[in-house]
Amino acid sequence: MYGKKVKLRFLFLALILLSVILSVFLILQSLKDNVVYFQSPSEIKNLIEIDKKKIRVGGMVKKNSININSNEVNFIITDFKNEINVIFAGAVPNLFAEGKGVVAEGFLKDKNYFLATKILAKHDENYMPPEVKEAIGDK
Amino acid sequence: MLASQIGYYSLVLGLLFSFLLCAASIKNFNNNNERVDKNVITLSLLQLIFVIISFLSLILSFVNSDFSNETVFDNSHTTKPLFYKITGTWGNHEGSLLLWLLVLTLFIFLFLIKSKHQPKKYRILTLLFQQIIIIGFFLFVLMTSNPFDYLFPIPAEGLGLNPILQDPALAIHPPILYLGYVGSSIIFSSSLAAVTQGYITREWGQHIKKWVLVSWIFLSLGIMLGSIWAYYELGWGGFWFWDPVENISLMPWLTLTALLHCILVLEKREALTSWVVVLSITTFTLSMCGTFLIRSGILNSVHTFANDPARGIFILVFLFVLIFLSLIIFFVFHKENNKDSNNFFWLSKETSILVNNWFMMYFLSVVLIGTVYPVFLDVISSEKISVGPPFYHKLIAPFLVLFLLFMAFGPKLRWIKSKIENKNSLISFLVISIAISLIILRKLNTDVLFYTVLISAAFFLFFISVKELFVQKFNNISQVVAHLGFSLLILTILFNNILSSEIITNMKVGEKYNHNKSEIFFEKIEEKKESNYNSIVGHFKIIDEDGKTIKLRPEIRIYNQPIIITSEADIRTTLLEDKFLVMNLVKGNEYFNIRYQIKPFMLWIWISVLLISFGGIISLFKKKYEK
Repeated sequence: MYGKKVKLRFLFLALILLSVILSVFLILQSLKDNVVYFQSPSEIKNLIEIDKKKIRVGGMVKKNSININSNEVNFIITDFKNEINVIFAGAVPNLFAEGKGVVAEGFLKDKNYFLATKILAKHDENYMPPEVKEAIGDK
Repeated sequence: MLASQIGYYSLVLGLLFSFLLCAASIKNFNNNNERVDKNVITLSLLQLIFVIISFLSLILSFVNSDFSNETVFDNSHTTKPLFYKITGTWGNHEGSLLLWLLVLTLFIFLFLIKSKHQPKKYRILTLLFQQIIIIGFFLFVLMTSNPFDYLFPIPAEGLGLNPILQDPALAIHPPILYLGYVGSSIIFSSSLAAVTQGYITREWGQHIKKWVLVSWIFLSLGIMLGSIWAYYELGWGGFWFWDPVENISLMPWLTLTALLHCILVLEKREALTSWVVVLSITTFTLSMCGTFLIRSGILNSVHTFANDPARGIFILVFLFVLIFLSLIIFFVFHKENNKDSNNFFWLSKETSILVNNWFMMYFLSVVLIGTVYPVFLDVISSEKISVGPPFYHKLIAPFLVLFLLFMAFGPKLRWIKSKIENKNSLISFLVISIAISLIILRKLNTDVLFYTVLISAAFFLFFISVKELFVQKFNNISQVVAHLGFSLLILTILFNNILSSEIITNMKVGEKYNHNKSEIFFEKIEEKKESNYNSIVGHFKIIDEDGKTIKLRPEIRIYNQPIIITSEADIRTTLLEDKFLVMNLVKGNEYFNIRYQIKPFMLWIWISVLLISFGGIISLFKKKYEK
């Protein structure tokens, strides 16, 4: 009787421990695969090789750089030191405008062209994504 | 001017009453009276009245556009409609903290008058713990975020409220959500009080269950309102983005849901006591972290934190004090009673609730890590990352299958020791669910195994709940309704995901766009003027694939103060699907960016959440839990 109870308790504890370890492992593993890094145009200029992973680029939309036709929106993201061309086919958010902060998510074609899959709208009261603020150096 | 002064001094008086209350209740704690002294209750009422006066005077300053008040200046404008002047009161950091304070004092007063049959010492200790929280908030408001700061010279005009916050759903979203968040403060205080008194018992379970239910219902509704707002205002056509701000409201919901189930075990078998206490503490801590993190901007970036070090440091110190205090109390006073978790028979209702807890803890850790990890990484390596929806979907969805099966199966078990009854009916339900989902998915041409499994599990829960609803009559109706709501929620989210379609294009006025058999015709634009914005209304005629024609009129609004352009989607809601059209203006260009979406079952997503909350409401008003 006693032995059985202790055994059961051990089994129970082992099961919990195992599932905790397993779930932590799962979480960390999938964190690795699904994390999107944020980079500024200057950081991209300094890249040694172009990664195929999805990234985010942030900065200001350069004045007079938006060019729109029936299926694409093209514009330039600048951090006032370097800039990058963005090609985007999709819906732009509310706060997207020239001279305003922007974050684009997508893939690098090369160091000068970025194929965006998403332009992000943050529900932030300050109208300026913090990453962008830092990328352009607290202007 | 005057209103601000009244408001400020009422706050100071409110703080004073906290100290008086503490003194009075300590005296009351040690004397021989068997009841809580009248003067303690009166003091609590007076404190509440002063906070109400303070809150009303802030509203009054907003209504009168009194720009000598800095909070009003920062967040209001004379041209704003009256409704948004009022709701602007809690649309900012200072005002929302005052609202917190209001709900904190309101709830402790309600607690005092609603707990007459509870032991005196327990009631007084609850009051004391709650006062610690209240004093912390008073100090925080008065020292770092005073809503009544003066501005001189008095500006002629205010800066205005962020237009995307000028919205009916968002106007009532914070108060509802706060009722949920702050409701957990009572659970926190009273569970600490109960631990010190060794009163984590059946009676306590029955009494605290009401509070758990109330905050759970408000939290669920609050999250839903926020989600509805995000759906139509942010213009993406989605309703959940796994954004940190959303995650942070989901986390206390998960722990509160787990707590709700634990309370049932406590009430029935006086077991799972440690779970109950730990979950009470965690829920409130998470709620408080949530409010603070959002309001201080830590989550969006660690650097806004540094902009206002006083607030940040106060927050951290206060949080650590509370966590430390509650942990000490827990470890010193809490004694596991011998009926506790290890003695459960493996097949029983209590075991299934324990399983539910572990699932909730897993979901919680996924959301927590996904939310906090980017902040953490930024601090230690200044690398900036974001964790996207795939992370959450990948980690949550597989476990959701098991979770749904348990949700169907668990409530059918009995307390203490159970057998699996009606094996045949269970199996036949499972077979039917799998068959139905296979047929539906084949028809839709989405042969993803993963969807099949998930939808089958959701259907299984759905059918079992529907059957219970008819078989059990009103025996356990709150649980059945809530579980039914949850299965419906998962089903509608999944089908919404699979069946949604969208067209994104750039169009000029007068253009037509053809896609497969559907056609979008941009007829004309029309300009309108309102007191605080001008708008451009687009007239669209859309012919869908099934030949139906609808007219949609999305707007682009140019608010004057602050100058912000927002786009208002036009949504045609029917029982089966939402048609969603939003247009955006790209400055200095004749092209409009158009996004047209067909989102099936959107209405049902909201209905399911209402059903879930309704389950809670039934339980709240039902006299006795199941036999």
